[in-house]
Amino acid sequence: MENPLIVNGKRTDGRSPTELRPLKIDVGIIKNAAGSSYIEHGKNKIIVAIYGPRDSHRYGMNIERATLRCRYHMSPFSTEERKSPQPSRREIEISKVIRDALEPSLILENFPKTMIDVFVEVLQSDGGSRSASITAASVALADAGIPMKDLVEAVAVGKVDGTLVLDLNDIEDKEGESDMPVAFMLNENKVTLLQMDGKMTVEEFKAGLMMAMEAAKKIKEIQKEALAKKYSKGDRKNDA
Amino acid sequence: MMPRKNLLVSAVRKEQILKTLAQGKRVDGRGLLDYRPLSITPNVIEKAEGSALVKLGDTHVIAGVKMGVGTPFPDTPNEGILIVNAEILPTASEYQEPGPPDEDSIELARVVDRGIRESKMIDFSKLVIEPGKHVYTVYVDISVIGMDGNLFDASSYAAVVALMTTKYYPFINQNGNLVKGSEKVPLPIQDLGISTTFAKIDSYIIVDPTWEEESIMEARLTMVYDKSGDICAVQKGGNGGLLLDDVLKIVDLAKSKSEEMRKVLEGVISNA
Repeated sequence: MENPLIVNGKRTDGRSPTELRPLKIDVGIIKNAAGSSYIEHGKNKIIVAIYGPRDSHRYGMNIERATLRCRYHMSPFSTEERKSPQPSRREIEISKVIRDALEPSLILENFPKTMIDVFVEVLQSDGGSRSASITAASVALADAGIPMKDLVEAVAVGKVDGTLVLDLNDIEDKEGESDMPVAFMLNENKVTLLQMDGKMTVEEFKAGLMMAMEAAKKIKEIQKEALAKKYSKGDRKNDA
Repeated sequence: MMPRKNLLVSAVRKEQILKTLAQGKRVDGRGLLDYRPLSITPNVIEKAEGSALVKLGDTHVIAGVKMGVGTPFPDTPNEGILIVNAEILPTASEYQEPGPPDEDSIELARVVDRGIRESKMIDFSKLVIEPGKHVYTVYVDISVIGMDGNLFDASSYAAVVALMTTKYYPFINQNGNLVKGSEKVPLPIQDLGISTTFAKIDSYIIVDPTWEEESIMEARLTMVYDKSGDICAVQKGGNGGLLLDDVLKIVDLAKSKSEEMRKVLEGVISNA
Protein backbone atom coordinates (compact mmCIF):
# COMPACT_ATOMS: atom_id res chain seq x y z
CA MET A 1 0.00 0.00 0.00
CA GLU A 2 1.27 3.47 -0.88
CA ASN A 3 0.14 6.01 1.71
CA PRO A 4 -1.89 4.88 4.69
CA LEU A 5 -5.33 6.51 4.87
CA ILE A 6 -5.62 6.15 8.64
CA VAL A 7 -2.80 7.07 11.01
CA ASN A 8 -3.21 6.77 14.80
CA GLY A 9 -6.98 6.53 14.38
CA LYS A 10 -7.12 9.77 12.38
CA ARG A 11 -8.16 9.97 8.74
CA THR A 12 -6.55 12.06 5.97
CA ASP A 13 -8.73 15.03 6.92
CA GLY A 14 -8.22 14.56 10.64
CA ARG A 15 -11.57 12.92 11.38
CA SER A 16 -12.20 9.86 13.53
CA PRO A 17 -13.74 6.82 11.78
CA THR A 18 -17.28 7.68 12.90
CA GLU A 19 -17.17 11.42 12.31
CA LEU A 20 -19.16 13.25 9.62
CA ARG A 21 -17.59 15.98 7.47
CA PRO A 22 -18.92 19.51 8.03
CA LEU A 23 -22.41 19.70 6.56
CA LYS A 24 -24.38 22.84 5.82
CA ILE A 25 -27.73 23.26 4.09
CA ASP A 26 -29.44 26.44 2.83
CA VAL A 27 -33.06 26.40 1.75
CA GLY A 28 -34.80 28.49 -0.94
CA ILE A 29 -31.88 29.79 -2.96
CA ILE A 30 -33.53 29.88 -6.39
CA LYS A 31 -36.45 32.21 -6.78
CA ASN A 32 -38.06 30.64 -9.84
CA ALA A 33 -38.07 27.12 -8.46
CA ALA A 34 -40.95 25.64 -6.49
CA GLY A 35 -38.35 24.57 -3.98
CA SER A 36 -34.58 24.64 -3.80
CA SER A 37 -31.60 23.96 -1.61
CA TYR A 38 -27.85 24.24 -1.48
CA ILE A 39 -25.66 21.79 0.37
CA GLU A 40 -22.02 21.81 1.32
CA HIS A 41 -20.94 18.42 2.54
CA GLY A 42 -17.19 18.17 2.81
CA LYS A 43 -16.00 19.70 -0.45
CA ASN A 44 -19.24 18.82 -2.22
CA LYS A 45 -21.13 21.93 -3.31
CA ILE A 46 -24.48 21.03 -4.79
CA ILE A 47 -27.62 22.92 -5.72
CA VAL A 48 -31.02 21.32 -6.14
CA ALA A 49 -34.07 22.91 -7.77
CA ILE A 50 -37.56 21.44 -7.82
CA TYR A 51 -40.01 22.35 -10.58
CA GLY A 52 -43.62 21.19 -10.41
CA PRO A 53 -45.98 19.60 -9.87
CA ARG A 54 -46.71 20.80 -13.38
CA ASP A 55 -49.14 19.62 -16.00
CA SER A 56 -47.96 16.96 -18.31
CA HIS A 57 -49.72 15.25 -21.14
CA ARG A 58 -46.69 13.43 -22.39
CA TYR A 59 -46.77 9.79 -23.40
CA GLY A 60 -46.02 7.57 -20.47
CA MET A 61 -47.27 9.92 -17.78
CA ASN A 62 -49.02 8.29 -14.88
CA ILE A 63 -52.72 9.14 -14.66
CA GLU A 64 -52.90 8.13 -11.00
CA ARG A 65 -49.98 10.02 -9.51
CA ALA A 66 -47.25 12.50 -10.26
CA THR A 67 -44.30 11.26 -12.25
CA LEU A 68 -41.01 12.02 -10.52
CA ARG A 69 -38.07 12.82 -12.75
CA CYS A 70 -34.53 13.36 -11.65
CA ARG A 71 -31.41 14.68 -13.30
CA TYR A 72 -28.07 14.44 -11.51
CA HIS A 73 -25.49 16.42 -13.42
CA MET A 74 -21.89 17.38 -12.74
CA SER A 75 -20.61 20.73 -13.91
CA PRO A 76 -17.57 20.53 -16.22
CA PHE A 77 -15.50 22.40 -13.61
CA SER A 78 -16.60 20.22 -10.69
CA THR A 79 -13.73 17.72 -10.90
CA GLU A 80 -9.91 17.70 -11.11
CA GLU A 81 -10.01 16.90 -14.82
CA ARG A 82 -12.68 18.73 -16.82
CA LYS A 83 -15.79 16.61 -17.05
CA SER A 84 -17.54 16.51 -20.40
CA PRO A 85 -20.93 18.22 -20.02
CA GLN A 86 -22.71 15.33 -21.74
CA PRO A 87 -24.38 13.04 -19.22
CA SER A 88 -22.15 10.04 -18.59
CA ARG A 89 -23.40 6.53 -17.90
CA ARG A 90 -22.49 7.08 -14.27
CA GLU A 91 -24.68 10.20 -14.10
CA ILE A 92 -27.59 8.40 -15.75
CA GLU A 93 -27.38 5.57 -13.22
CA ILE A 94 -27.09 8.01 -10.30
CA SER A 95 -30.08 10.00 -11.56
CA LYS A 96 -32.09 6.81 -11.46
CA VAL A 97 -31.02 5.68 -8.00
CA ILE A 98 -31.60 9.17 -6.56
CA ARG A 99 -35.12 9.12 -7.97
CA ASP A 100 -35.69 5.67 -6.47
CA ALA A 101 -34.35 6.93 -3.13
CA LEU A 102 -36.69 9.95 -2.99
CA GLU A 103 -39.87 8.53 -4.46
CA PRO A 104 -40.84 6.30 -1.50
CA SER A 105 -41.00 9.38 0.75
CA LEU A 106 -43.37 11.39 -1.45
CA ILE A 107 -47.14 11.28 -1.59
CA LEU A 108 -47.38 11.51 -5.36
CA GLU A 109 -51.00 10.36 -5.48
CA ASN A 110 -51.98 13.93 -4.63
CA PHE A 111 -50.94 15.16 -8.07
CA PRO A 112 -52.22 12.87 -10.81
CA LYS A 113 -51.15 13.52 -14.41
CA THR A 114 -48.37 15.89 -13.39
CA MET A 115 -44.64 15.69 -13.21
CA ILE A 116 -42.18 16.84 -10.60
CA ASP A 117 -38.62 17.54 -11.69
CA VAL A 118 -35.62 17.28 -9.41
CA PHE A 119 -32.59 18.98 -10.93
CA VAL A 120 -29.34 18.29 -9.12
CA GLU A 121 -26.28 20.23 -10.19
CA VAL A 122 -22.96 19.26 -8.65
CA LEU A 123 -20.85 22.43 -8.74
CA GLN A 124 -17.94 20.80 -6.96
CA SER A 125 -17.62 17.13 -6.29
CA ASP A 126 -16.06 15.25 -3.42
CA GLY A 127 -16.64 11.71 -2.18
CA GLY A 128 -20.31 10.97 -1.53
CA SER A 129 -21.90 13.38 -4.00
CA ARG A 130 -24.91 11.17 -4.57
CA SER A 131 -25.57 10.96 -0.84
CA ALA A 132 -25.29 14.72 -0.45
CA SER A 133 -27.58 15.16 -3.47
CA ILE A 134 -30.28 13.03 -1.87
CA THR A 135 -30.01 14.84 1.47
CA ALA A 136 -30.31 18.19 -0.31
CA ALA A 137 -33.04 17.10 -2.75
CA SER A 138 -35.27 15.90 0.06
CA VAL A 139 -35.01 19.31 1.72
CA ALA A 140 -35.76 21.04 -1.59
CA LEU A 141 -38.83 18.83 -2.07
CA ALA A 142 -40.03 19.83 1.40
CA ASP A 143 -39.39 23.47 0.46
CA ALA A 144 -41.52 22.94 -2.66
CA GLY A 145 -44.36 21.80 -0.41
CA ILE A 146 -44.57 18.31 -1.85
CA PRO A 147 -46.30 16.24 0.84
CA MET A 148 -43.96 13.60 2.22
CA LYS A 149 -43.95 10.84 4.79
CA ASP A 150 -40.48 11.72 5.96
CA LEU A 151 -37.29 13.47 4.94
CA VAL A 152 -34.70 11.26 3.28
CA GLU A 153 -31.06 11.50 4.28
CA ALA A 154 -28.12 9.66 2.83
CA VAL A 155 -24.53 8.99 3.79
CA ALA A 156 -21.84 6.58 2.73
CA VAL A 157 -19.92 4.13 4.85
CA GLY A 158 -17.00 2.08 3.69
CA LYS A 159 -13.88 0.20 4.55
CA VAL A 160 -10.58 2.03 4.54
CA ASP A 161 -7.32 0.38 5.60
CA GLY A 162 -9.44 -2.44 7.03
CA THR A 163 -11.46 -0.08 9.25
CA LEU A 164 -15.13 0.75 8.88
CA VAL A 165 -15.46 4.50 8.36
CA LEU A 166 -18.32 6.95 7.96
CA ASP A 167 -18.80 9.53 5.21
CA LEU A 168 -15.92 8.82 2.83
CA ASN A 169 -13.99 11.71 1.31
CA ASP A 170 -12.58 11.69 -2.21
CA ILE A 171 -9.34 9.81 -1.46
CA GLU A 172 -11.07 7.25 0.74
CA ASP A 173 -13.70 6.75 -1.93
CA LYS A 174 -11.08 6.14 -4.62
CA GLU A 175 -8.47 4.22 -2.66
CA GLY A 176 -10.49 2.52 0.06
CA GLU A 177 -11.60 -1.11 -0.07
CA SER A 178 -15.31 -0.47 -0.33
CA ASP A 179 -17.95 2.22 -0.58
CA MET A 180 -21.58 1.84 0.44
CA PRO A 181 -24.00 4.75 0.11
CA VAL A 182 -27.24 4.32 2.07
CA ALA A 183 -30.39 6.46 2.28
CA PHE A 184 -32.96 6.25 5.05
CA MET A 185 -36.54 7.15 5.82
CA LEU A 186 -36.08 7.00 9.55
CA ASN A 187 -39.74 7.35 10.54
CA GLU A 188 -40.52 4.10 8.79
CA ASN A 189 -37.19 2.42 9.49
CA LYS A 190 -36.73 2.03 5.76
CA VAL A 191 -33.74 1.99 3.44
CA THR A 192 -34.44 3.73 0.13
CA LEU A 193 -31.00 3.63 -1.44
CA LEU A 194 -28.43 0.93 -0.97
CA GLN A 195 -25.43 0.35 -3.16
CA MET A 196 -22.07 -1.15 -2.49
CA ASP A 197 -18.92 -1.86 -4.37
CA GLY A 198 -15.68 -3.21 -3.05
CA LYS A 199 -15.39 -5.98 -0.52
CA MET A 200 -17.02 -6.40 2.84
CA THR A 201 -17.83 -9.36 5.04
CA VAL A 202 -21.45 -9.90 6.02
CA GLU A 203 -20.67 -8.65 9.55
CA GLU A 204 -19.01 -5.47 8.27
CA PHE A 205 -21.94 -4.85 5.95
CA LYS A 206 -24.42 -5.07 8.82
CA ALA A 207 -22.29 -2.92 11.12
CA GLY A 208 -21.90 -0.39 8.30
CA LEU A 209 -25.67 -0.13 7.89
CA MET A 210 -26.05 0.66 11.59
CA MET A 211 -23.25 3.21 11.47
CA ALA A 212 -24.95 4.92 8.52
CA MET A 213 -28.27 4.98 10.34
CA GLU A 214 -26.80 6.72 13.38
CA ALA A 215 -25.29 9.36 11.07
CA ALA A 216 -28.59 9.78 9.22
CA LYS A 217 -30.20 10.80 12.52
CA LYS A 218 -27.69 13.62 12.86
CA ILE A 219 -28.15 14.70 9.23
CA LYS A 220 -31.91 14.80 9.70
CA GLU A 221 -31.49 17.34 12.50
CA ILE A 222 -29.45 19.55 10.15
CA GLN A 223 -32.14 19.21 7.46
CA LYS A 224 -34.86 20.20 9.90
CA GLU A 225 -32.86 23.17 11.20
CA ALA A 226 -32.29 24.38 7.62
CA LEU A 227 -36.00 24.25 6.87
CA ALA A 228 -36.93 25.86 10.20
CA LYS A 229 -34.45 28.67 9.54
CA LYS A 230 -36.21 29.64 6.34
CA TYR A 231 -39.79 29.20 7.47
CA SER A 232 -39.38 30.82 10.87
CA LYS A 233 -38.99 34.06 8.92
CA GLY A 234 -42.59 33.92 7.74
CA ASP A 235 -43.90 34.20 4.19
CA ARG A 236 -41.57 32.34 1.88
CA LYS A 237 -42.37 34.58 -1.10
CA ASN A 238 -40.68 37.51 0.59
CA ASP A 239 -37.34 36.04 1.28
CA ALA A 240 -36.68 33.95 -1.81
CA MET B 1 -41.53 10.46 -22.61
CA MET B 2 -40.60 7.06 -21.27
CA PRO B 3 -41.66 3.63 -22.35
CA ARG B 4 -43.63 1.59 -19.89
CA LYS B 5 -41.33 -0.08 -17.40
CA ASN B 6 -43.94 -2.02 -15.54
CA LEU B 7 -46.72 -4.30 -16.61
CA LEU B 8 -50.22 -3.23 -15.71
CA VAL B 9 -51.27 -5.81 -13.15
CA SER B 10 -54.99 -5.89 -12.49
CA ALA B 11 -56.28 -5.67 -8.94
CA VAL B 12 -57.71 -9.18 -9.22
CA ARG B 13 -54.39 -10.60 -10.39
CA LYS B 14 -52.51 -8.78 -7.64
CA GLU B 15 -54.88 -10.22 -5.06
CA GLN B 16 -54.30 -13.67 -6.52
CA ILE B 17 -50.51 -13.18 -6.33
CA LEU B 18 -50.72 -12.05 -2.70
CA LYS B 19 -53.09 -14.86 -1.70
CA THR B 20 -50.77 -17.40 -3.27
CA LEU B 21 -47.78 -15.87 -1.48
CA ALA B 22 -49.68 -16.15 1.80
CA GLN B 23 -49.82 -19.90 1.18
CA GLY B 24 -46.06 -19.99 0.69
CA LYS B 25 -46.24 -20.31 -3.09
CA ARG B 26 -45.85 -18.22 -6.21
CA VAL B 27 -48.45 -18.07 -8.98
CA ASP B 28 -46.09 -20.06 -11.21
CA GLY B 29 -45.91 -22.83 -8.59
CA ARG B 30 -42.50 -21.95 -7.14
CA GLY B 31 -41.70 -21.52 -3.48
CA LEU B 32 -40.82 -18.02 -2.27
CA LEU B 33 -37.11 -18.77 -2.31
CA ASP B 34 -36.90 -20.83 -5.51
CA TYR B 35 -35.35 -19.72 -8.76
CA ARG B 36 -37.13 -20.42 -12.02
CA PRO B 37 -35.67 -23.19 -14.19
CA LEU B 38 -32.25 -21.98 -15.26
CA SER B 39 -30.52 -23.15 -18.40
CA ILE B 40 -27.09 -21.89 -19.36
CA THR B 41 -25.53 -22.74 -22.72
CA PRO B 42 -21.94 -21.60 -23.16
CA ASN B 43 -20.24 -21.11 -26.55
CA VAL B 44 -23.36 -20.34 -28.54
CA ILE B 45 -21.61 -17.79 -30.76
CA GLU B 46 -18.62 -19.25 -32.60
CA LYS B 47 -17.28 -15.88 -33.68
CA ALA B 48 -17.15 -14.53 -30.14
CA GLU B 49 -14.19 -15.36 -27.90
CA GLY B 50 -16.68 -16.36 -25.23
CA SER B 51 -20.45 -16.45 -25.06
CA ALA B 52 -23.40 -17.79 -23.13
CA LEU B 53 -27.14 -17.97 -23.52
CA VAL B 54 -29.05 -17.87 -20.26
CA LYS B 55 -32.69 -18.74 -19.95
CA LEU B 56 -34.11 -17.93 -16.57
CA GLY B 57 -37.74 -18.83 -17.07
CA ASP B 58 -38.82 -16.57 -19.92
CA THR B 59 -36.02 -14.09 -19.38
CA HIS B 60 -33.52 -14.80 -22.13
CA VAL B 61 -30.13 -13.13 -22.18
CA ILE B 62 -27.13 -13.66 -24.39
CA ALA B 63 -23.67 -12.38 -23.53
CA GLY B 64 -20.69 -12.28 -25.84
CA VAL B 65 -17.04 -11.53 -25.05
CA LYS B 66 -14.76 -9.93 -27.62
CA MET B 67 -11.11 -9.21 -26.95
CA GLY B 68 -9.45 -6.11 -28.28
CA VAL B 69 -6.12 -4.37 -27.88
CA GLY B 70 -6.05 -0.83 -26.61
CA THR B 71 -3.97 1.67 -24.70
CA PRO B 72 -4.31 1.43 -20.91
CA PHE B 73 -5.83 4.19 -18.81
CA PRO B 74 -3.09 6.58 -17.61
CA ASP B 75 -3.74 5.77 -13.93
CA THR B 76 -3.58 1.99 -14.52
CA PRO B 77 -0.77 1.47 -17.07
CA ASN B 78 -0.28 -2.14 -16.00
CA GLU B 79 -3.85 -3.35 -16.17
CA GLY B 80 -6.17 -4.58 -18.88
CA ILE B 81 -9.53 -2.93 -19.42
CA LEU B 82 -13.06 -4.19 -18.87
CA ILE B 83 -15.99 -2.70 -20.77
CA VAL B 84 -19.49 -3.95 -20.05
CA ASN B 85 -22.40 -2.87 -22.17
CA ALA B 86 -26.02 -4.00 -22.03
CA GLU B 87 -28.95 -3.49 -24.29
CA ILE B 88 -32.55 -4.47 -23.77
CA LEU B 89 -33.41 -5.29 -27.37
CA PRO B 90 -36.75 -4.36 -28.95
CA THR B 91 -37.30 -8.10 -29.24
CA ALA B 92 -37.54 -8.29 -25.45
CA SER B 93 -41.04 -6.91 -24.99
CA GLU B 94 -43.73 -4.94 -26.76
CA TYR B 95 -42.82 -1.88 -24.71
CA GLN B 96 -39.15 -1.75 -25.60
CA GLU B 97 -38.26 0.80 -28.27
CA PRO B 98 -35.12 0.69 -30.38
CA GLY B 99 -32.59 3.39 -29.64
CA PRO B 100 -29.59 4.16 -27.50
CA PRO B 101 -29.44 2.41 -24.12
CA ASP B 102 -31.97 3.84 -21.65
CA GLU B 103 -31.37 4.21 -17.91
CA ASP B 104 -32.45 0.61 -17.25
CA SER B 105 -29.90 -0.78 -19.71
CA ILE B 106 -27.20 1.47 -18.29
CA GLU B 107 -27.96 0.49 -14.70
CA LEU B 108 -27.98 -3.17 -15.73
CA ALA B 109 -24.57 -2.89 -17.41
CA ARG B 110 -23.07 -1.00 -14.50
CA VAL B 111 -24.29 -3.46 -11.87
CA VAL B 112 -23.00 -6.46 -13.86
CA ASP B 113 -19.71 -4.57 -14.35
CA ARG B 114 -19.44 -3.95 -10.61
CA GLY B 115 -19.96 -7.65 -9.84
CA ILE B 116 -17.18 -8.69 -12.23
CA ARG B 117 -14.79 -5.91 -11.26
CA GLU B 118 -15.22 -5.91 -7.49
CA SER B 119 -15.15 -9.68 -7.11
CA LYS B 120 -11.67 -9.44 -8.75
CA MET B 121 -12.88 -12.13 -11.13
CA ILE B 122 -10.24 -11.36 -13.75
CA ASP B 123 -6.58 -10.71 -12.95
CA PHE B 124 -6.18 -7.61 -15.12
CA SER B 125 -2.46 -7.35 -14.33
CA LYS B 126 -2.04 -10.43 -16.57
CA LEU B 127 -3.76 -8.75 -19.50
CA VAL B 128 -0.87 -6.48 -20.34
CA ILE B 129 1.04 -6.89 -23.62
CA GLU B 130 3.42 -3.95 -23.23
CA PRO B 131 3.19 -1.93 -19.98
CA GLY B 132 1.79 1.56 -20.54
CA LYS B 133 1.28 0.93 -24.25
CA HIS B 134 -0.75 -2.12 -25.15
CA VAL B 135 -3.22 -3.97 -22.95
CA TYR B 136 -6.18 -6.20 -23.68
CA THR B 137 -9.65 -4.75 -23.59
CA VAL B 138 -12.28 -7.27 -22.56
CA TYR B 139 -15.63 -6.29 -24.07
CA VAL B 140 -18.67 -7.92 -22.54
CA ASP B 141 -21.82 -7.18 -24.50
CA ILE B 142 -25.11 -8.28 -23.04
CA SER B 143 -28.28 -8.50 -25.09
CA VAL B 144 -31.60 -9.06 -23.37
CA ILE B 145 -33.65 -10.85 -26.01
CA GLY B 146 -36.66 -11.81 -23.96
CA MET B 147 -37.84 -10.10 -20.82
CA ASP B 148 -39.63 -11.59 -17.85
CA GLY B 149 -38.02 -10.00 -14.82
CA ASN B 150 -34.74 -10.38 -12.92
CA LEU B 151 -32.54 -9.15 -15.74
CA PHE B 152 -29.74 -8.56 -13.22
CA ASP B 153 -29.12 -12.20 -12.32
CA ALA B 154 -29.72 -13.52 -15.83
CA SER B 155 -27.32 -10.96 -17.33
CA SER B 156 -24.74 -11.52 -14.63
CA TYR B 157 -24.78 -15.30 -15.11
CA ALA B 158 -24.52 -14.89 -18.88
CA ALA B 159 -21.59 -12.50 -18.51
CA VAL B 160 -19.60 -14.57 -16.01
CA VAL B 161 -20.11 -17.85 -17.87
CA ALA B 162 -19.08 -16.16 -21.13
CA LEU B 163 -15.93 -14.87 -19.42
CA MET B 164 -15.12 -18.21 -17.78
CA THR B 165 -15.35 -19.96 -21.15
CA THR B 166 -13.52 -17.30 -23.15
CA LYS B 167 -10.57 -18.43 -25.27
CA TYR B 168 -8.63 -15.97 -27.37
CA TYR B 169 -5.50 -15.65 -29.49
CA PRO B 170 -2.90 -13.76 -27.47
CA PHE B 171 -0.66 -11.11 -28.96
CA ILE B 172 3.05 -11.32 -28.51
CA ASN B 173 5.28 -8.27 -28.46
CA GLN B 174 8.13 -8.79 -30.95
CA ASN B 175 10.40 -5.74 -31.09
CA GLY B 176 7.48 -3.36 -30.77
CA ASN B 177 5.29 -5.26 -33.24
CA LEU B 178 2.28 -7.18 -32.02
CA VAL B 179 2.15 -10.67 -33.47
CA LYS B 180 -0.88 -12.88 -33.06
CA GLY B 181 -0.15 -16.12 -31.24
CA SER B 182 -1.11 -19.45 -32.72
CA GLU B 183 -2.85 -21.03 -29.75
CA LYS B 184 -5.89 -19.79 -27.90
CA VAL B 185 -5.62 -19.12 -24.19
CA PRO B 186 -8.27 -18.64 -21.47
CA LEU B 187 -8.67 -15.45 -19.43
CA PRO B 188 -6.79 -15.23 -16.09
CA ILE B 189 -9.81 -16.03 -13.91
CA GLN B 190 -9.27 -15.92 -10.14
CA ASP B 191 -12.73 -15.56 -8.58
CA LEU B 192 -16.43 -15.81 -9.41
CA GLY B 193 -18.99 -13.30 -8.14
CA ILE B 194 -22.50 -14.72 -7.89
CA SER B 195 -25.47 -12.40 -8.16
CA THR B 196 -28.79 -13.04 -6.41
CA THR B 197 -31.82 -10.76 -6.53
CA PHE B 198 -34.62 -10.53 -4.02
CA ALA B 199 -37.86 -8.57 -4.11
CA LYS B 200 -40.24 -7.43 -1.41
CA ILE B 201 -43.94 -7.76 -2.25
CA ASP B 202 -46.35 -6.77 0.49
CA SER B 203 -44.80 -8.52 3.51
CA TYR B 204 -43.11 -11.29 1.52
CA ILE B 205 -39.49 -11.64 0.49
CA ILE B 206 -39.07 -13.59 -2.73
CA VAL B 207 -36.12 -14.49 -4.90
CA ASP B 208 -35.87 -14.18 -8.70
CA PRO B 209 -38.94 -12.01 -9.34
CA THR B 210 -40.80 -12.26 -12.65
CA TRP B 211 -41.72 -9.09 -14.52
CA GLU B 212 -45.25 -9.29 -13.17
CA GLU B 213 -43.88 -9.56 -9.63
CA GLU B 214 -41.45 -6.70 -10.23
CA SER B 215 -44.38 -4.59 -11.39
CA ILE B 216 -46.07 -4.84 -8.00
CA MET B 217 -43.00 -5.05 -5.75
CA GLU B 218 -41.95 -2.42 -3.23
CA ALA B 219 -38.27 -2.75 -4.01
CA ARG B 220 -35.61 -5.22 -4.96
CA LEU B 221 -32.11 -5.91 -3.72
CA THR B 222 -29.33 -7.45 -5.79
CA MET B 223 -26.30 -8.79 -3.93
CA VAL B 224 -23.10 -10.28 -5.31
CA TYR B 225 -20.94 -12.62 -3.22
CA ASP B 226 -17.41 -13.73 -4.05
CA LYS B 227 -16.10 -17.24 -3.44
CA SER B 228 -14.87 -16.45 0.08
CA GLY B 229 -18.42 -15.39 1.02
CA ASP B 230 -17.72 -11.64 1.13
CA ILE B 231 -20.14 -9.13 -0.38
CA CYS B 232 -18.67 -7.36 -3.38
CA ALA B 233 -21.58 -5.47 -4.98
CA VAL B 234 -25.04 -4.36 -3.89
CA GLN B 235 -27.79 -2.49 -5.66
CA LYS B 236 -31.22 -1.60 -4.37
CA GLY B 237 -33.80 -0.89 -7.02
CA GLY B 238 -37.42 0.02 -7.37
CA ASN B 239 -39.34 3.07 -6.27
CA GLY B 240 -40.16 1.85 -2.76
CA GLY B 241 -38.20 1.44 0.46
CA LEU B 242 -36.96 -1.68 2.18
CA LEU B 243 -37.33 -2.15 5.92
CA LEU B 244 -33.94 -2.27 7.61
CA ASP B 245 -34.87 -5.67 9.06
CA ASP B 246 -35.61 -6.95 5.58
CA VAL B 247 -32.24 -5.79 4.32
CA LEU B 248 -30.55 -7.70 7.14
CA LYS B 249 -32.65 -10.78 6.38
CA ILE B 250 -31.87 -10.62 2.66
CA VAL B 251 -28.13 -10.34 3.33
CA ASP B 252 -28.23 -13.79 4.97
CA LEU B 253 -30.70 -15.33 2.51
CA ALA B 254 -28.61 -14.06 -0.40
CA LYS B 255 -25.47 -15.60 1.01
CA SER B 256 -26.91 -19.10 1.18
CA LYS B 257 -28.69 -18.67 -2.16
CA SER B 258 -25.47 -17.54 -3.82
CA GLU B 259 -23.71 -20.68 -2.61
CA GLU B 260 -26.47 -22.74 -4.21
CA MET B 261 -26.26 -20.81 -7.51
CA ARG B 262 -22.45 -20.99 -7.45
CA LYS B 263 -22.65 -24.80 -7.64
CA VAL B 264 -25.01 -24.53 -10.62
CA LEU B 265 -22.72 -22.16 -12.51
CA GLU B 266 -19.57 -24.09 -11.68
CA GLY B 267 -21.29 -27.23 -12.97
CA VAL B 268 -22.05 -25.51 -16.26
CA ILE B 269 -18.50 -24.23 -16.62
CA SER B 270 -16.83 -27.55 -15.82
CA ASN B 271 -18.94 -29.26 -18.50
CA ALA B 272 -18.26 -26.59 -21.11
